[in-house]
Amino acid sequence: METVIVTTLVIGGIGLFIGLFLEMAAIRFKVEIDSKEEKILNALPHINCGGCGYSLCSGLAAAIVKGSAPVNSCPVGGEITSKKIAFIMETKVTNQRKMAAYVHCQGNSDVVKEEYEYTGVENCLMMAYVPNQGPKACNYGCLGFGSCVKVCPFDAIHIVKRIAVVDKKKCRACKKCIAVCPKKLISLEPVDVIYDKKHHDIQGAGAIVTCNSIDQSSETTNVCEVGCTSCGICKKVCPSNAIIIQNNLASINQDKCTKCGLCKEKCPKKTIC
Amino acid sequence: MVKEIQELIIIALGSALVSNVVLSQFLGLCPFLGVSKKIETSAGMGTAVIFVITLASLVTSTIYKYMLTPLKITYLQTIVFILVIAALVQFVEMVLKKHLKHLYEALGIYLPLITTNCAVLGVALTNVKKDYGILYSTVNGFAVAVGFTIAIIIMAGLREKMEYNDIPEAFKGMPIVLLTAGLMAIAFCGFSGLF
Repeated sequence: METVIVTTLVIGGIGLFIGLFLEMAAIRFKVEIDSKEEKILNALPHINCGGCGYSLCSGLAAAIVKGSAPVNSCPVGGEITSKKIAFIMETKVTNQRKMAAYVHCQGNSDVVKEEYEYTGVENCLMMAYVPNQGPKACNYGCLGFGSCVKVCPFDAIHIVKRIAVVDKKKCRACKKCIAVCPKKLISLEPVDVIYDKKHHDIQGAGAIVTCNSIDQSSETTNVCEVGCTSCGICKKVCPSNAIIIQNNLASINQDKCTKCGLCKEKCPKKTIC
Repeated sequence: MVKEIQELIIIALGSALVSNVVLSQFLGLCPFLGVSKKIETSAGMGTAVIFVITLASLVTSTIYKYMLTPLKITYLQTIVFILVIAALVQFVEMVLKKHLKHLYEALGIYLPLITTNCAVLGVALTNVKKDYGILYSTVNGFAVAVGFTIAIIIMAGLREKMEYNDIPEAFKGMPIVLLTAGLMAIAFCGFSGLF
């Protein structure tokens, strides 16, 4: 009986002492947390995707409070979140175009030649080890094995006919696909510019050069029906000088583009869409 | 005095290398496998472990000597040690957060994580079993933690290199890591001829 009492007293006493001691320590060593930081963290989407450049949402919240990140740095939350955060920080959001990922290649299995049949691991990164960097004849285009599909947390990318297609309505511009694509094919483009093949909302769509090949025109023509041959027609017809041709590839400055659609019409390969 | 220092050095070398806590005693395996993907994070974990085990050895051996032994309740050592270690880590975390913000940020999540690391309790119990005094316990604790850090950093280095290897499908992930750990344990057997 004595043993039971002694053990109970000792353990209970230690527990009580530790509890009180920690409680006192907590009061003594209290660290003030900025209430703004907590509010901002609540406004953020809490998916910790890393699209803003910070590994956790809490990291971004701390950075916003410090002033080292703008209030609209969260690419996922979009306008609503930035407005909420701006309200907490008592500032205004500077206007920003909504962005979505865009795959700069349209060489699907109908238009691009395949040199052989590949039946290995379905992973774009594997293509560095197989002959000719993958079965597609074009060495710059989409490999079509869906590494981007696997990393997308929003189910916004799908492989259609051996090519990655982004659903711009689902895309939240977290940049994960951009990081994983071994061909560096994906970039962020303004949503209003992208022509959505799936939903056919051609209205208001701008023009984007959907090719990544820097091969000379003859080689590009050999392997792909829709590759940019850098013929220069688009540059000539553009009324606002928005198109430049570099490394055998046309590119459009989206800030200058007026969405007149002339280049789309005139492009002989229908590369611009 | 000279003899004491000699003994301390032998204890330290023995705990760090010969009877390495991870590779020959199989304690603290969860962080050893869990946070050994990158050298940077494993170094963070190692620092936190050194910090906590050294402190815990000091405190637990003091409690054992001045509280449990006089009251003749040494059979309560396990539960008392767990309580004390958990509280200690909590307290240390608070102090660091207030006064040493940089160290707190460097240790990050690892500090609270290792409260439940079996190596910490294991060292405290080994100290009691081997009848070490307070000074000897602290040195032993420090050496064990250094051994842990050595093991986890070597492991992280190996794993970083393994990323680029062509590993058969069945061995990918944990299996190859466990095999590597086994081979490392065999390699560390080489130290057993040291003394």
